[in-house]
Amino acid sequence: MLAFTGIVLTSCSDDDDPVEVNEEETITTMTVSLTPDQGGSIIILKSEDSDGDGPNDPEITVSGNLEANSTYSGSVTFSNVTEDPVEDITEEVAEENTEHQLVYIHTGAIVDVYNLDTDDDGNALGLSFDLDTGDAGDAALQVVLRHEPTKPNDGSLSGTGGSTDFTASFAVTVE
Amino acid sequence: MKTWFIMFALVFVQSTVQAQKCNGVISGIVSDYHDKTILEGASITVVGNRELVFYTDDKGFFKIPGLCNGSYELEIYHPECQTVFMKVNLETSLDLNILLEHHLEELEEVKVVGNKITKTNSAVEETLDVKTIEQFGSASLGDALKEINGISSLNTGANIVKPTIHGLSGSRVMVLNNGVRMQDMEWGAEHAPNVDVNAAGSISVIKGASALQYGGDAIGGVILIEQNRFQKKDSLFGKTILTGILNGRGGKVNTDLVKTYKNGWFVKGQASFKKLGDQEAPDYILSNTGVNEIGASLHFGKENFTSGWRGSYSYFNTEIGILTASHIGSVDDLIRAINDDEPTVVEPFTYSISSPRQEVTHHLGKFKYYKRFEGLGKLNVQYDYQSNRRYEYDIRTGDDKYKPSIDLKLTTHTLSTDFKIDSNSDYKMVFGVMGRYQDNFANPDTGVRRLIPDFEKMDAGVFSVIQYDLGNGLNFDGGIRYDYSKIDAKKYYRTSRWEERGYDEDFSDIIIRETGSSQYLTNPVFDYHNVSGTLGVKYKPDNQNTFTLNYALSNRAPNASELFSDGLHHSAARIELGDLRITSETSHKASLSISKEGDSWGYTLEPYANFINDFIYLEPTDVEYTVRGAFPVWEYHQTNASIIGLDLSLYSNWTKHWKTDHKFSLTKGKDTSEDEPLINIPAANIRNKVSYTTPWKNLEVGLESKYVFKQNETPADIYVYSPEAGEDVLLEINSAPAAYHILSLNSSMDFNFDKSTLTVSLIGTNILDVTYRDYLNRLRYFADDLGRNIILQFKLNY
Repeated sequence: MLAFTGIVLTSCSDDDDPVEVNEEETITTMTVSLTPDQGGSIIILKSEDSDGDGPNDPEITVSGNLEANSTYSGSVTFSNVTEDPVEDITEEVAEENTEHQLVYIHTGAIVDVYNLDTDDDGNALGLSFDLDTGDAGDAALQVVLRHEPTKPNDGSLSGTGGSTDFTASFAVTVE
Repeated sequence: MKTWFIMFALVFVQSTVQAQKCNGVISGIVSDYHDKTILEGASITVVGNRELVFYTDDKGFFKIPGLCNGSYELEIYHPECQTVFMKVNLETSLDLNILLEHHLEELEEVKVVGNKITKTNSAVEETLDVKTIEQFGSASLGDALKEINGISSLNTGANIVKPTIHGLSGSRVMVLNNGVRMQDMEWGAEHAPNVDVNAAGSISVIKGASALQYGGDAIGGVILIEQNRFQKKDSLFGKTILTGILNGRGGKVNTDLVKTYKNGWFVKGQASFKKLGDQEAPDYILSNTGVNEIGASLHFGKENFTSGWRGSYSYFNTEIGILTASHIGSVDDLIRAINDDEPTVVEPFTYSISSPRQEVTHHLGKFKYYKRFEGLGKLNVQYDYQSNRRYEYDIRTGDDKYKPSIDLKLTTHTLSTDFKIDSNSDYKMVFGVMGRYQDNFANPDTGVRRLIPDFEKMDAGVFSVIQYDLGNGLNFDGGIRYDYSKIDAKKYYRTSRWEERGYDEDFSDIIIRETGSSQYLTNPVFDYHNVSGTLGVKYKPDNQNTFTLNYALSNRAPNASELFSDGLHHSAARIELGDLRITSETSHKASLSISKEGDSWGYTLEPYANFINDFIYLEPTDVEYTVRGAFPVWEYHQTNASIIGLDLSLYSNWTKHWKTDHKFSLTKGKDTSEDEPLINIPAANIRNKVSYTTPWKNLEVGLESKYVFKQNETPADIYVYSPEAGEDVLLEINSAPAAYHILSLNSSMDFNFDKSTLTVSLIGTNILDVTYRDYLNRLRYFADDLGRNIILQFKLNY
């Protein structure tokens, strides 16, 4: 019993606090910038979830309405705002471009998403794209970052496969 | 027994006796070592002279007349005792007082059929013989145990097999490996026992918490993996088993060597290595399901009747690939996986193992000392040390690609001692104490928030068990145990989670500090006081019939996972949340066993009922949205539950060569508070086996059919929001797969050589290559179960 107590005592004397873990590879934020080809203000669509798999839902913001029957040049960035300074993860996606793909699902007054940039193998990547709006009305744009997709594919979510790294749905008004 | 006599006689020829011519006399009394009971009918043989055999009379007295002066060796034999040899020096007359060890079960020798030695008096239990262990040596502990009626398994693929006793597994099933309670993170559903089946001498299962000497919290039951005792003689023997496995295109090699000495010294070494590549379902390769396994053990010591010690060390290392298609990134992946018939990833066959995978190493060291006190009992003292290191690798990206997501190290020290009083033939009593210290370290280098935090745990237990022989084949047993356990953790909570759980109201005093990135460092400390007890009777009116009735009260303190789980569990695509408010669960289990073991037929009927208050279980409660989509939230809750079931087995020896075995097992689990079925309750199943045996080359051929019903009683499926579909969809996460029927074949033959025996076995499982999925396989959403497998095994005994 004495030997046992000894073990307990020596082990208990080690009272250091465990090191905090901040998840480095997490993407907290996706920002979609839509620049109107005909000029005008840039529209920002943003989804941010700073508590990761914590209970808070992602916060979704849309900076303004899109104009009807216009073409926008889109670009996407990813970042981790829990890091200080904020970590840009777009670069990593661009580096591992053959292992990633962004999928765009549009409904309503957004009539087309096309002209996606390509990866090193010439397949769709989607960090930049073009977007056409139709007549005024409600629209939805879902942007999904897939990891290790099946390439090439038909651009649908099921055809792309792989696993979802980030997904966000934006409700947009076209006027 | 004659062969024994002759064998010993040949070995121990020491002196030639010329009887009849002299008039020296050796006389004496033979009695039991413990309680001094007179032993009638013990034989006393003068070694070297087969004609001089004498028997004790009803007073235990014997007399060998007509001997010349000189030295003799006597062999004293009694059917229920350990045979004793003694050297004596005769000068005209000699009066001896000979003590024999009258409890064969104490010696834990290789069990003999028809002479069942049990671990408890009245609990429902069953033992696997060496032959079955060897047959399943290339599989896992869980697979071997499924041979026992009422035992099923909770699988994660074919390589991670958690034994389930009467519908309960994990922390509710205690695994005792060589007298040491395994501390191998049994709290996780995808954590299998870290045991090399080949290192076992025998494996017994006690279906319930009635074995109080080992612990009071085994609500499901106890699995006892034991080493054989060795006979005290100068000998060197061993065996090598070479197994080829078709499905997985690999095999296993196991070898052991034992050296024993007449003076009680022994040493045994054992090592095994197993390698499998991707396994196959009938229609496709199950990508990334390979396994590498290394096991080794060393036992040494000196064990004599009155005292002895044994040191043991065992090492187990396993690397297990987890089906690639089971990696889930979002709830849509899970919906897709459930709806698709084929796994999303099927690659060509390979031996290499990639992520997701686990790598686990277990070290176990033990030292045990015992001493007998004449006319009183036996003292055992044991210290054991265990170290369990677990790495789990997920599919990760970037710099973290080769980093584990989970890196835990669990270290355990246990000191225990017990004293068994067996000097009175009417009753036996054991009492003992146990102390345990445990430390869990969760390595922060993973870069992933800890699923299980750092903690220290202390346990102390004290117990007493008594067994009373009431005569006329009636035995009573009872026991009581008290366990204290204290867990002292250091855990980071996200402030958002802390508030969502409502801990800011109940646990604000345990916060040490808030960090810069919105996390609280907390210090939860919990104490649990648990009392367990058991009562039972066994009635054995004759050699064939046995009736037992047993009641066990059992309390289990919550494990680290139930208290502290906090985060996204990728393999299940769900957020799992423990609860600091969880208390101990309490089980009341009653089991009855009626059995008949006749020459031509026999049966065992075992109904049981287990009522569990504050049963701890995981249930889906809500959906949380993350950047990867929506995930169902599973929380640990407590409810009242009942598990009621029946195990029935039957055998019939139709002729000298033909035998059939029939087994049926039914388990019904219910959440009695909510009046709905419990999750993960095994489906009813029927097994029928016909076998042919003949003494010619020990040939044995058997064909077994196993029919597993569909589990109709499952909790309701849940609705989740699918980002892809843009609406709530039904996630059939609880629905059970269809019923299935598989056939397996086993055959074996012995070939005797000069000093060794070669046994060749051919085993086929799922020989019709049936496509099926099992309800208790966690990967059933993603892929079919294993297809046909052919196993060829060569065993050489030398």
